Amino acid sequence: MIVRMRFGKLGKVRWTSHRDVARMWERALRRAKLPVAYTGGFSPRARLSFGLALPTGCESVAEYLDVALEAELEPALVAERVCPLLPRGIGVLGAGEPEPGSGSLQEEVTSCMWEISVPRSTRSELDEVLSRLMGAASLPILRERKGHVVSDDLRPSLLALFAQHTHDELGTTLVAELGTRPRGVRPAELAELLDIELGLARRTCQWIERGGSKFEPLDVLPAVPAVAVERAS
Amino acid sequence: MTSSLWPRIEPLLAQVTKPARYIGGELGAREPLHEPGRVAWLLIYPDTYEIGLPNQGLQILYEILNEREDALAERAYAPWTDMERAMRSAGIPLFSLETTRPAAEFDVLAFNLSAELTYTNVLNLIDLAGLAVRSKERTGDAPLVVAGGHCAFNPEPLADFIDAFVLGDGEEVVGEISEVLLDRVADHPRGRHELLRALARLDGVYVPALYEARYDGTSLVGVVPRFRDVPERVEKRAIGDLGEWPLPKQQLVPLVEVVHDRLNVEVFRGCTRGCRFCQAGMITRPVRERPASQVDEMVRAGLARTGYDEVALTSLSSADFSGIEHAVSSVINDPQCSGQVSVSLPSLRVDAFTVGIAAEIQKVRRTGLTFAPEGGTWRMRQVMNKLIREEDLYSAVDSAFAQGWRRVKLYFLIGLPTETDEDVLGIAELARRCAEIGHRYHHNVTLTTSVGGFVPKPHTPFQWFGQDTIEELRRKVGMLRDALRGARGVSLRWHGAEATAAEGIVSRGDRRVGAVVEHVWRAGGTFQEWSEHFDLGLWTAGLEAAGLSLEDTVYRHREQREVLPWDHLSAGLHRDFLWQDFSEALHEHVLEDCRWTPCYDCGVCTGLPVEHVVASSVPPAGGSQGTGQDISVGGLMPAHFVHEAHRDMAVGAAGGAEDPAARRSLGSGPRARTTSGARSMGIVDTRASGGGA
Ligand code: SF4
Repeated sequence: MIVRMRFGKLGKVRWTSHRDVARMWERALRRAKLPVAYTGGFSPRARLSFGLALPTGCESVAEYLDVALEAELEPALVAERVCPLLPRGIGVLGAGEPEPGSGSLQEEVTSCMWEISVPRSTRSELDEVLSRLMGAASLPILRERKGHVVSDDLRPSLLALFAQHTHDELGTTLVAELGTRPRGVRPAELAELLDIELGLARRTCQWIERGGSKFEPLDVLPAVPAVAVERAS
Repeated sequence: MTSSLWPRIEPLLAQVTKPARYIGGELGAREPLHEPGRVAWLLIYPDTYEIGLPNQGLQILYEILNEREDALAERAYAPWTDMERAMRSAGIPLFSLETTRPAAEFDVLAFNLSAELTYTNVLNLIDLAGLAVRSKERTGDAPLVVAGGHCAFNPEPLADFIDAFVLGDGEEVVGEISEVLLDRVADHPRGRHELLRALARLDGVYVPALYEARYDGTSLVGVVPRFRDVPERVEKRAIGDLGEWPLPKQQLVPLVEVVHDRLNVEVFRGCTRGCRFCQAGMITRPVRERPASQVDEMVRAGLARTGYDEVALTSLSSADFSGIEHAVSSVINDPQCSGQVSVSLPSLRVDAFTVGIAAEIQKVRRTGLTFAPEGGTWRMRQVMNKLIREEDLYSAVDSAFAQGWRRVKLYFLIGLPTETDEDVLGIAELARRCAEIGHRYHHNVTLTTSVGGFVPKPHTPFQWFGQDTIEELRRKVGMLRDALRGARGVSLRWHGAEATAAEGIVSRGDRRVGAVVEHVWRAGGTFQEWSEHFDLGLWTAGLEAAGLSLEDTVYRHREQREVLPWDHLSAGLHRDFLWQDFSEALHEHVLEDCRWTPCYDCGVCTGLPVEHVVASSVPPAGGSQGTGQDISVGGLMPAHFVHEAHRDMAVGAAGGAEDPAARRSLGSGPRARTTSGARSMGIVDTRASGGGA
């Protein structure tokens, strides 16, 4: 069976990479002695599949992972067993079974919600830049790929952008819905487009759009356990 | 009061590579409470996090100190150059990983010295902590700066910068140092000088400022105490029973990938194989095995606690452990591990028996096997006392290929005493022959031949020997390259001759070399173990500025009567024994492993309150290192390993330099850290054993 878990990555641990997080999960699952299925062949690996990579340095309350198990177990039990064994700042927010016949997380997710803090900015300043961006027909950025400089248009992936409440010190929060097609956009790229200083970026949601409506990859209400929100600093 | 620098550190992390190096958070890490009555130690490994984290010596002391009521310990590693730049420009000093506290708020900064080329990092880290680098310029309440680890056995190049060195196992002495410091911390603070005097009274502690280095012209004539209560000679510390120290119990599991990323269980400490080039073996005598049942328990508990899928049974030659077959089979047959845990034995001995064990443990991931014959000919191996007979060598390689391995890596040293061009070419011939054996079993094999230049090390029989020049090493490597041109399946890897020379400056340097280390550091030469940062020009300029030369510090043969810079420090070995063993080496005389044969009085067991702790009274099946083996046929190659075209050459061959068949061989045993070279791969054996900080 496949158990899908939603997890958060908050605090100091955000400085680890996507790959590091995968290794943390492998070790935690082994420590929990859960009947994880392994691949065959010369170097057996636990059958885990992670969704979209979270850039190093970003936080998230909406990461997903599918674990293949060799036995039938209650998803909530899996979450309960593994959660205390994860490093501080990584916490399970929900568990369930993906709908039968659904594809991999990577294929299915169509957009992500982000909250990005923009230090030393006011809401009105930011609003102005955002509306300029949303009004543009195309937003090319130059990238090097396989030794060639290519131009990517990010405009199609900017689905929604708005500025939120201002804190005196922290600046403004930019809320963004960024599509994954034709290509995903990272918060750092958005900051480059906006020509703003990038503060803490947190992924808050992943959406699967199908037939005109949006679903989350896991149909459970995210109850946020204390372990996940505890800041590691 | 909070001293955490975290709010100032975090903004830097977005600008640097591998930011997770600076966040700690490992499973097993402590966040100790700093309070009066506890001596605060900052344990520092002077290289990157990935290299330093797995160091078991540091982790052992970390646990011991944190379990004491009167002490606590945190850790720090050398920030990479980008992070150091960011820290310096933001005015952030070296900080501890656990509570991100400034290094200067600790009572002790303790460095692990595992490699000479990290010394410039040591100076840099003292400076980054905000302290004066020279110990005599550090005043009153500045933290005490101490160092331990293998390189502390010739501490003279760092004598001007470090307040106290610990020789040998650190398990007991860290507590004693804490007590001395606590005396100072708690009651009436004594002066720094009195503190150093008190430390010098501890066994195994060397306080260089209390000794004067005397010269006659440019020759060192002695390093002598300046006060009567300071010992003339400092003896190393050695724990008697490894079983009393089942540590680390909480091995640190990092959040990011590091070298040797696995559970490590030290099965014994010390080595008496007597390889004459190997400092690690000589200075850690005698052999102290861990009880087999404790090994089992540490493996079982460690795997369950960490979630690792690999365990290494560590020591300088783990196949020599009395309980090795049992230890290996109990992991493999443990249903809890259910085929997903692999065992590794760093430093494989070279014989078919060992390959058999390797085959048992690598049932699945049978990728590559590494052996360290060190010498290309049996003659050379007799000189080194690395007693791998031709028969053992080729049986090992043959059985490795026969059992499915396709990649075999062989380590060699060049620049050894009495070495001839023929010995060097023996490496090439041996490699070709091994690849040929491989091709009998597989279409494609890779035989990696890794060659390093020999750096003579203090407290070994070869400590008197003059190191090969850069040019000579290059010539020899060129010869090997030519000889291996077109050899199918063989690839040659070479550690830079220039880094070998720089290592040589420090390895046997005296106090005057401190100025060289300081020069290199001041000129920006940190991370000298890394090829992208290594710069020989800085070292030669430093030598020149100090009035020294490569010729005198590195290439020169030392005289029998000459005072060596570490003569006032003892690893327990008699100087006479070492000299005699050196003389025997030159005559190709060999010494058996004393753990299974009578003692030849090297001085360790008689002079120190320790002796061998070895469960088995007999050598492993098939014999080892001369014991239980017929050495007289060591140079004889069994005919079935000889390629048709060469067969006539092997007939009737017995050991000896003239014997053409003796020009082929391979071996194993401890992979001594004889050359760090420039660490181009970023990976180096970090010696899992040893408790020195
Ligand atoms: S004193 Fe004797 S038994 Fe002990 S290590 Fe030395 S030679 Fe071996």
